[in-house]
Amino acid sequence: MAITKVVLAKLSPTMDEGTIVKWTKNEGDPVKQGDVLAEIETDKANMEMEALGSGVLRKILVPAGGKAPVGSLIGVIADANEDISKALAAASTPARPAAPPAAAPQPAAPPQAAPAPQPAAPAPPPAAPPPQVAAAPPSPPPSASAPPQPAPAQAAPPRPAPGPAPAPGPRPVPAAPVAAEGGRVKASPLARSMAAQRNIPLGEVAGSGPGGRIIKRDIEAWAGAPASGRAPAQAPAPPPGPAITPGEEIPVSNMRRAIAKRLAESMFTAPHFYVTVEIDMDAAVALREQLQRGEDVKVTYNDLVLKACAKALTRFPMVNASWMGDKIATHGEVHVGVAVTIPDGLITPVVRNADRKSVLDISREVKDLAGRARERKLRPEEFMGSTFTVSNLGMYGVTEFTAIINPPESAILAVGSVQEVPVAIDGNLRAGHRMRVTLSADHRVVDGAMAAQFLGEVRRLLENPVSLFV
Amino acid sequence: MAVLTMRDALNQAMKEEMARDPSVFILGEEVGAYQGAYKVTQGLLAQFGEWRVRDTPIAEEVIAGVAVGAAFIGLRPIAEMMTFNFSLLALDMIINHAAKYRYMSGGQVRCPMVMRGPSGAAAQVAAQHSQAFESIYAHVPGLVVAMPATPKDAKGMLKSAIRDDNPVIFLENEVLYNLKGEVPEAEYHIPLGLAEVKRPGRDVTIVAWSRSCITALAAATKLAEEGIEAEVVDPRTLRPLDEDVIFDSVRRTNRCVVAEEGWRMAGFGAEISDRVQRACFDELDAPVVRVTAEDVPMPYAKTLEKAYLPQPEKIVDAVRQVMYR
Repeated sequence: MAITKVVLAKLSPTMDEGTIVKWTKNEGDPVKQGDVLAEIETDKANMEMEALGSGVLRKILVPAGGKAPVGSLIGVIADANEDISKALAAASTPARPAAPPAAAPQPAAPPQAAPAPQPAAPAPPPAAPPPQVAAAPPSPPPSASAPPQPAPAQAAPPRPAPGPAPAPGPRPVPAAPVAAEGGRVKASPLARSMAAQRNIPLGEVAGSGPGGRIIKRDIEAWAGAPASGRAPAQAPAPPPGPAITPGEEIPVSNMRRAIAKRLAESMFTAPHFYVTVEIDMDAAVALREQLQRGEDVKVTYNDLVLKACAKALTRFPMVNASWMGDKIATHGEVHVGVAVTIPDGLITPVVRNADRKSVLDISREVKDLAGRARERKLRPEEFMGSTFTVSNLGMYGVTEFTAIINPPESAILAVGSVQEVPVAIDGNLRAGHRMRVTLSADHRVVDGAMAAQFLGEVRRLLENPVSLFV
Repeated sequence: MAVLTMRDALNQAMKEEMARDPSVFILGEEVGAYQGAYKVTQGLLAQFGEWRVRDTPIAEEVIAGVAVGAAFIGLRPIAEMMTFNFSLLALDMIINHAAKYRYMSGGQVRCPMVMRGPSGAAAQVAAQHSQAFESIYAHVPGLVVAMPATPKDAKGMLKSAIRDDNPVIFLENEVLYNLKGEVPEAEYHIPLGLAEVKRPGRDVTIVAWSRSCITALAAATKLAEEGIEAEVVDPRTLRPLDEDVIFDSVRRTNRCVVAEEGWRMAGFGAEISDRVQRACFDELDAPVVRVTAEDVPMPYAKTLEKAYLPQPEKIVDAVRQVMYR
């Protein structure tokens, strides 16, 4: 039987490297194709990595806690008596041991990405670049299992996959690090266009075709499966974040880097403009109290905002759209992301088809997603693929703010707190509840009047909250 | 409708066109007294006389040369190649003369000839007599290449070919001469350059012509048993190629298999595959897969002959491949 190289898979579209949280198989264990081999911490979440071949896990090259660049060899599966020396020779040094002994000399050869089993992707895809920019917002940090960061994250980028691997030994080091080769997601052209149309992050879809190619049925399965119906990854509870001593330099976590990259890209390419409305929340406040007292059902203002946005989006498809350069992709479905603060960053779990869910369902789902987001137990499909995002800082007493659009969406709603304020009605002053929301919109897609009309609809719905329940 | 063999359908086409137009005549080896090596010209000598149904020596270049010259001066010759394996001797006449003069004379000289006869494998006639040469002829600008798969297409397309003002390479298939099918009794024509969906289906497009089209239809029947609905598209004319029907189909099915009796290397299926990947790139869910003859001279042994040719099973396998089954 053939040797199967265990290569660190690209488990999220922005993943450059991963940390092996743990190996679920030991050296010498029999392994079947599809078995979970290891748990990998990416820049977004902890993911299970499956075996691509059967045999015996003969060698683990990067132990638990170790980091490795995407595409590097981290283990070898083969028959019990198969000669794996060649495969190992190609690997040279394991990518980055978790805690190298302080005195360890620099290995003669630099960390060496082994030739991946896939054909070396020679060039970027010709026509449409893979819609990786359609990835989700920045997400949970990797910081967890390796508290003392052994090295700055960018220390060991994978080298281009070499041709036939020469014997290990000193070899020329490329002058400059080359971008990760594992970066190309293999997908059929149809799968690519379907993913682009539906705003599905291709990098997160498991491919069932040859060599892991993503094909039509994978996209359909991904789109069809309810996010909540998937088994959550078994991630360990996050350790407490490291205390920060003022004055120290903090290495940039994968998550921070993702946030920095994506939001800078959004802010500097999408021309943002902002429209704010004030919403009379008296009826919503009354309804919420009524639900709580009468029905013992807790619904947050944010749940109502989500539902209102989802409903409004169905009437304003251009707000539920993406700028694609030469065209605007309107999305057939309404998937609303909710920004959730987590240690060291934020993540936006997605309520899929929120327009078709009841307020109570949305409420339950957001609670579940946010809870698991904080424990970093979200699966990628649960935080990717949103078509619109709601960010709420009302709980911090913020009255209003502006948010940066979560690419490739075309708008985000920033929600302030519900405040009791003096309001003048027909010349009389009285107390009333008001909430300010600010829409950031991408002017390439949405114009001011449309933003105003969309917000008008959100306001109408929230001011008549019963409409959210029908 | 009458049920005819392809042999009789072809015979009818020539008979009707010769009766209609006195400039149409037949020449070739054994076309007259012997009634045709494969009896396609049966009865024509008796009906039209030896002036219009002319037996020739075994000299393909002469047959082609006479046909080209006759066509240049306004006749409409039908030159029969006993099989197209022998047409190699006539390639200079076909490629350097028939295909070129209309262009080189600025349209002053036309070459309204048909060269017809069987191409492809029969049964154990081995390496020199089993070759499928459509890719060679389809390569040449100035030629029309027609390849009917059914009696109805054979008659309708041959009548169009005889009336066409360009040299038409009309490739029949010995194995299909006895294939029976419905043929309209009234006068009809099938224009050259029109593809046809021979069997509709939603899951995969199989493009195949001539004998391979019949093989593909058999494969589609097998596939239907396992729940795969294959659409079989018959281009019927390779040059000019009706690519739109192929593209429309592939855009619906997202998958394409091309089956042909010729060799793989530089075969006509590669041309289709190339056009499909460019026109339907974003609609393809799998690479286009080709089923061809094996890349060797045709063996004589019966078992090897079977292994060499596209079979329904090979097309079924190719379909499974593009379906990721």
